[in-house]
Amino acid sequence: MKTLHRWVTLLKKDRRAVWVGYVLIGTGLALLPFLVDGGFGRTWVRIIDFALIYAMLALGLNIVVGFAGLLDLGYIAFYAVGAYTWALLASPQFGLHLPFWMILPIGAGVAALFGVMLGTPTLRLRGDYLAIVTLGFGEIIRIFLNNLDHPVNITNGPVGINRIDPISIAGMDLTRTHEFLGLQFSGAHLYYYVLLALVMLTIFICVRLEDSRVGRAWIAIREDEVAAQSMGINTRNVKLLAFAMGATFGGVAGGLFASFQGFVSPESFILLESIMVLCMVVLGGMGHVSGVVVGAVLLAVLPEVLRSTASPVQEQLFGKVLVDPESLRMLLFGLALILVMLLRPTGLWPSPIRKREFAREQG
Amino acid sequence: MDIFLQQILNGLVLGSVYALVALGYTMVYGILGLINFAHGEVVMIGAMIALTVMTLLIGPAAGLPPALIVALAIAAAIAVCMALAYTIERVAYRPLRNAPRLAPLITAIGMSILLQNVAMIIWGRQYKTFPQLFPSEPHVIAGASITDLQIIIIVVSAGLMAGLLLLVNFTRLGRAMRATSENKTIAGLMGVNVNKIISATFVIGAALGAVAGVLVAANYSIAHYSMGFMLGLKAFTAAVLGGIGNLGGAVLGGLLLGLIESIGAGYIGDLTGGFLGSHYQDVFAFVVLILVLVFRPTGIMGERVGERA
Repeated sequence: MKTLHRWVTLLKKDRRAVWVGYVLIGTGLALLPFLVDGGFGRTWVRIIDFALIYAMLALGLNIVVGFAGLLDLGYIAFYAVGAYTWALLASPQFGLHLPFWMILPIGAGVAALFGVMLGTPTLRLRGDYLAIVTLGFGEIIRIFLNNLDHPVNITNGPVGINRIDPISIAGMDLTRTHEFLGLQFSGAHLYYYVLLALVMLTIFICVRLEDSRVGRAWIAIREDEVAAQSMGINTRNVKLLAFAMGATFGGVAGGLFASFQGFVSPESFILLESIMVLCMVVLGGMGHVSGVVVGAVLLAVLPEVLRSTASPVQEQLFGKVLVDPESLRMLLFGLALILVMLLRPTGLWPSPIRKREFAREQG
Repeated sequence: MDIFLQQILNGLVLGSVYALVALGYTMVYGILGLINFAHGEVVMIGAMIALTVMTLLIGPAAGLPPALIVALAIAAAIAVCMALAYTIERVAYRPLRNAPRLAPLITAIGMSILLQNVAMIIWGRQYKTFPQLFPSEPHVIAGASITDLQIIIIVVSAGLMAGLLLLVNFTRLGRAMRATSENKTIAGLMGVNVNKIISATFVIGAALGAVAGVLVAANYSIAHYSMGFMLGLKAFTAAVLGGIGNLGGAVLGGLLLGLIESIGAGYIGDLTGGFLGSHYQDVFAFVVLILVLVFRPTGIMGERVGERA
């Protein structure tokens, strides 16, 4: 590990090496869906697409939890709001079929509005009181989505909304297979590039935010709210902004999820999903953009790997399937959460500042 | 009138169970500042163990009196849950006592998922019928009906809560617990074995939870591996409603939440002219929680807590 670290520092000094690194990573990302498709099959491209959606969600939550230090246990509500906004504006439900470039900002705006709606009454709450209120908020949204099929049918209730329009760019429907340069691009492939671009954009925004005036204000509030206030930070507005920004990313991710899956139902927005996204943030390294992305991709992909390997491995070992793969997957997932936190309490890839602080507190 | 009384009775039964579970949350929170997400699962394991013991005893030894079977089942459930809670604290929380605040929260979530799936592997996915050992024909008081079991639930919970309050306020152990929750370092300097007290807190909370699990499973005559999650969530809500870290608050919050839910579910249809149905029962609980916290940010009986980053 030490030698590796030394090599990386040495390479970072060489400008050319850095550019070669970027090009290698870029090519790798561009070719990824084809490699995965060739090696493991089309399902895995879809899994990677979902991992990218989760990465966007985790980055949004990271603004609220990681930067501003506000524990939010109902984050999935904004994802739900984004997804349902998209579903209502682009499906036969109301007969509306707006184009995606119109829905995307509307969805983001509606989600941000909900973020402010949640933020306003809860600004006075601290720590775990805030956690339980956000949790309640998430549940309220889900219960309403589940029951708003009568007396006026808006959300179609537990059945959910079907046949949501896919994204189409320049008249090109992204769910169909297209051919460019002799290569077959399936819907999953095309969505991969759209999602990748949006995740890159999100990462860029997050990194720039962290170093901005607002980002520093968030971190100041996280570290000590009273001190931040006495330094002239308007904690109310800055916290509201954190909620709104986080919610916006959640809303956009939700919209993409709706159009990618073509179908939404309240079942996708249960509390466990909020917890899952929080785990991605904390496991990856709270407040550290790269860490959060790694956490999201790992937690989105790893359970799928477990699901597909659980049965064959058991047959190899015991000659039959003892435990069904679904429960084994969650069991190992729980175990992994515990082990990772015990071994690396600051997350898999903490930000350098946090790591140093933690080392100082321990020593 | 009798419908109203009936809802109050149902609310009290439900609220007693919430209060018992909420005590487990609030005690741990008071001492460690940690939301013990695995507590709901401990409650569920308690119900499952009692169910197993009861089915074992009812089958072959049909001669045993029902009261003895119930006592043995509850004793087994308490013993297992105490051991489980002790292990959870030792393995998942103690090593992280000085870690960043969210780390133990994640291990707690991990524990909860782990226990739920272990329970699913042991007891299966299907709903299990919890044996009925008490006569189920209800007594009718002033137009409202109540079964023996419901009376037992209210009496047992009240007894346990009173016992806990006595323990915390008037014994050596209780004094040590209060000292530890006030300030761990100073309590340690005063000769309190802090680790032992924290373990004791977990174990006592788990014992209450085990009883609550048995009671709630008996009340609905159903046990399921996922029953602990929602119950735990409601109980935690109750603890926050009352003011987390405060024992009296947890009891009050539990009873209040039970009453709100049952009265709310009973009347919401009439109040809104049939616009909202009883599906909105959970919304009711959470809306009340949010309203209470907006006007009293530290819960009904909570003291002002210092700032936590």
